[in-house]
Amino acid sequence: MWILRLNMSDRTYRLEEVPAAYKNLGGRGMTSTLIRDEVNPLCHPLGPNNKLVFAPGIVTGTAAPTSARISVGGKSPLTGGIKEANAGSAWPQHLAWMQIKALVVEGQPKEKGKCWMASLKWDAKAGKPKVEFFPADQYKGKDLYEVYPKLFRRFGDKVAIAGCGVAGEYGYANSGIVFNDLAKRPSRYAGRGGLGAVMASKGLKFIVTDGQGAPSVNIVDKALFEQGMKKLAEAMRTHSVTQPKGGLNTYGTAVLINIMNEAGGLPTRNFSSGRFEGAAKIAGEAIFEGNKKRLGKELYNHACSPGCIIQCSNTWYKRDKTEHTSCVEYESDWALGANCGIDRLDDIAEMVRLCNAYGLDTIETGTTLAVAMEAGVIPFGDGKKAIGLIRQMGKGTALGRILGGGTEFTGKAYGLTRIPTVKGQSMPAYEPRAVKGIGITYATTTMGADHTAGYTIGPEILSVGGKVDPLTPEGKAALSRAFQATTAFIDSTGHCLFIAFPILDIPSGFEGMMEECNGVLGTSWKSEDAAKIGAEILKKERAFNEAAGMTKADDRVPEFMRYEPLPPHNQVFDVADSALDSVFGEL
Amino acid sequence: MQVTVKLFATLSQYAKVGPGTPFEMELPEGATVADIVNQLKLPQKEVKVFFVNGRARSSDWPLRSGDEVGIFPLIAGG
Repeated sequence: MWILRLNMSDRTYRLEEVPAAYKNLGGRGMTSTLIRDEVNPLCHPLGPNNKLVFAPGIVTGTAAPTSARISVGGKSPLTGGIKEANAGSAWPQHLAWMQIKALVVEGQPKEKGKCWMASLKWDAKAGKPKVEFFPADQYKGKDLYEVYPKLFRRFGDKVAIAGCGVAGEYGYANSGIVFNDLAKRPSRYAGRGGLGAVMASKGLKFIVTDGQGAPSVNIVDKALFEQGMKKLAEAMRTHSVTQPKGGLNTYGTAVLINIMNEAGGLPTRNFSSGRFEGAAKIAGEAIFEGNKKRLGKELYNHACSPGCIIQCSNTWYKRDKTEHTSCVEYESDWALGANCGIDRLDDIAEMVRLCNAYGLDTIETGTTLAVAMEAGVIPFGDGKKAIGLIRQMGKGTALGRILGGGTEFTGKAYGLTRIPTVKGQSMPAYEPRAVKGIGITYATTTMGADHTAGYTIGPEILSVGGKVDPLTPEGKAALSRAFQATTAFIDSTGHCLFIAFPILDIPSGFEGMMEECNGVLGTSWKSEDAAKIGAEILKKERAFNEAAGMTKADDRVPEFMRYEPLPPHNQVFDVADSALDSVFGEL
Repeated sequence: MQVTVKLFATLSQYAKVGPGTPFEMELPEGATVADIVNQLKLPQKEVKVFFVNGRARSSDWPLRSGDEVGIFPLIAGG
């Protein structure tokens, strides 16, 4: 098992045996541990001392269902703290097959304005991975939809590609790292926190992986692994959320638009209301019905990555039956739709397409546009002008660069007080004043406002993994803490976080996940160990953030949420500071 | 009494209107959310989350004239 280091100062690489202390790490556990151990928390995120770490999960590369996730970590230019963003793609499977537990990008070229790409293959003769560097200057400034097909032609159909777009090249704090989906689109983003800019700052444009002929993942106890895999797959196939033609497969993640709107927790027009009158027009149901009308047949969703049995990625089609874009996720649909007061799916799809083309995080982009709308740069609800602003981000105009700096940066530039961020990262698609537990997660997670870090929406809104009142703050610190710890573990397994829906309701599914990990690693973890292992990861991340200068004062929601009641429930965020502090205080 | 009802996701096929499109229902005084489920013949196994005026309620919640009721199957996402 290897740690592969790419030194971008001189374009050399080094393979190291994985140290014993890292043996059982994967995904987020690996990226966060490596960053805590090796990166100076006070370094500039875009300087030579930051590192960018890619780690497949513990079971990634095996036949475990829905497990082709890649964690990407580094010090974030958006938050100034530690970051783990993850995505589903074939890309991490290639790393796992080559037995690479972590790929670490280090250093910085002295040659100004130059960039390279790295091709990573299995060297059968030497019995280890091999890296070649090539100049990539010809791909600079280009639309990723143009570049990815060229790279597939050059390196072959079987490879997978990670890359950054112009947003990264400009150093935007709102820039993601993009991986190809199964149809080779540049569409699967480790989007949040500006890691695209970190990659570009290393002079690295693409990493092309090809694990053909590699030995694949070493499984210590195959029988146990297979038993776990069966239990997990069974839970996923029987739970109504994840089963074939269930909610996710039919309507995609945007199935949440209507339920969040009904609950009064769908942030609308820059977090000024919890209800959007145009919600039904942009919801998952409208995407399904719209495609049916345009294509003349029902279209179910596809997998973003190999081996996924949930298959929740949608595609939006134009009137002429050609593809407009994939994927209109709930978060993108909300950020670029409801939160901007935009109710036309064709406009939202165009904005998603542009974000993919430029390498932008759709969430941070939508929340930034909404702040610009509040500032009067363009009116709320004007889809065409919103598209124009994203194009400015792609061109790198002066306004485009301000917007590329993210929601907080833009809000400051225009002197606003309603800036929905925590630790510099914008809130995603759930209103903290209408759903108190998710507000606690936003405030306290090491990542900056992030729903995936502790998704209390399950019990607070969806009746998954329990049922609690979203409007009460009671008991929510403990709920958020438990979700954050378990999530840090799931993010380390390599499974998509959506397996949480079935396994929180079906205990044998949870056991299955643990048995898979035990089978691969030879450990003897029990279900209750997941939260303990996750808590250790959270503590490492927290230690990094504290050393980077963050304090309890950074674990707060923006002040306007304390004094502006949110319609329709007219609630403020009434969680006590002591409750927020208890999330990590009692971890 | 009259209430407004909206059905979402896979349940919308049980109404003659589009997903989430509100329609009016006439119910006897003292009717509950469960009475809507029965009257519309919604599959008991599929109905999961009920909202009355934006608040999640159980199926035995007593309704009042003018209430808005949203009914969802089990869904999730992110």
